[in-house]
Amino acid sequence: MDKYLIVIVCGVVAGFLSRWIMLRSDYRHYPTYPHGQLIHLALGFIAASLGAVAVPAIMKPDYTAVTFLVLAAQQFRDVRNMERENLSKLEETKLIRRGNDYIEGIARVFEARNYLVIFTAFLTSLVVHWGGWPYAFLVGPLCIFLSIKMMSGQQLGEIVEVVPGTVHFQGALLMVEDVVIMNVGLPETKEKILQEGMGVLIKPKNDDARLTLHAPGQRQAIIHDVVSILGSKVDTAEPDLMPLARKQVDQGYLGLFMVANEPDLDYLIHIIKKVPVLESARGTTLESFYGRKAAD
Amino acid sequence: MDTSLKEAILAIITPDPAKVGGGGCPIFLVQDQKEMEKTSMLLARVLGGMVHDLENDVFIIVRH
Repeated sequence: MDKYLIVIVCGVVAGFLSRWIMLRSDYRHYPTYPHGQLIHLALGFIAASLGAVAVPAIMKPDYTAVTFLVLAAQQFRDVRNMERENLSKLEETKLIRRGNDYIEGIARVFEARNYLVIFTAFLTSLVVHWGGWPYAFLVGPLCIFLSIKMMSGQQLGEIVEVVPGTVHFQGALLMVEDVVIMNVGLPETKEKILQEGMGVLIKPKNDDARLTLHAPGQRQAIIHDVVSILGSKVDTAEPDLMPLARKQVDQGYLGLFMVANEPDLDYLIHIIKKVPVLESARGTTLESFYGRKAAD
Repeated sequence: MDTSLKEAILAIITPDPAKVGGGGCPIFLVQDQKEMEKTSMLLARVLGGMVHDLENDVFIIVRH
């Protein structure tokens, strides 16, 4: 019994630590502190326990218990639903929305992380069962490192170039370089935009990137991230200065316009490069035969 | 749930009645360019919409 206790404890600790390290609350302010984080730590603990208990259950052998563990693991599918529902509800009261693609991406990450915790706990307790508890210090950190390394997705900076663009008007049309953004009627608004507006061009490096930028969900994610750091001068009944990203239809690059509380063009470019490439928006045309042929 | 009218013209502001007509949307007739700007700004604030310029002396207010 004592032997199994140490196996389980090692697995649970490794799994829980893994969840803790992967739980990041950054500028996106998600999950919220402290209750949102507690929910995920608690779920992480349950996931870690499941993974850790699996090894003694198999070794015993008690296959009924193993079957029940598999059933219990199914519960983590609900994590995705929970996150999706939560974020979608909050979305209704947001001035600048995350967009469904971003929410789906976040929800998926939360579900996946629980499975990673289960794997980490399982592997650690398996190794401890065979080799003794000192091995936990080797396998645990290795699993955590791999979880973080392998699950970090692409960032926009890897697939696009971001260059400053001039904001100007052609009649009533607001443009960033040659990309039409929107129609602005009021002269005061025009003046404000010319004084304070910032524009950048987001140029895809290849055809995959062009398709990624083509997805409105990805553009909304860019805008959301930018606004959550630099702020925006939009209010509930004043949508005139809404940040927008529009496509140059011939070339496929984006023009992004915004009026920020912190008008710093350099940081705007840096932030855009750090935006995650959404799984659901990622273009993969170059992986297909005809896509590659058509590209040249 | 948000049930407000979206992507529809909420008001038309123009000094020239000959350019607009038809039904469904309130038309605000004004004296000159200056009044047109002022009225459309006020209307946009009230309606929570945005002023668009059709570049023929007609402003419309649209909520997006």
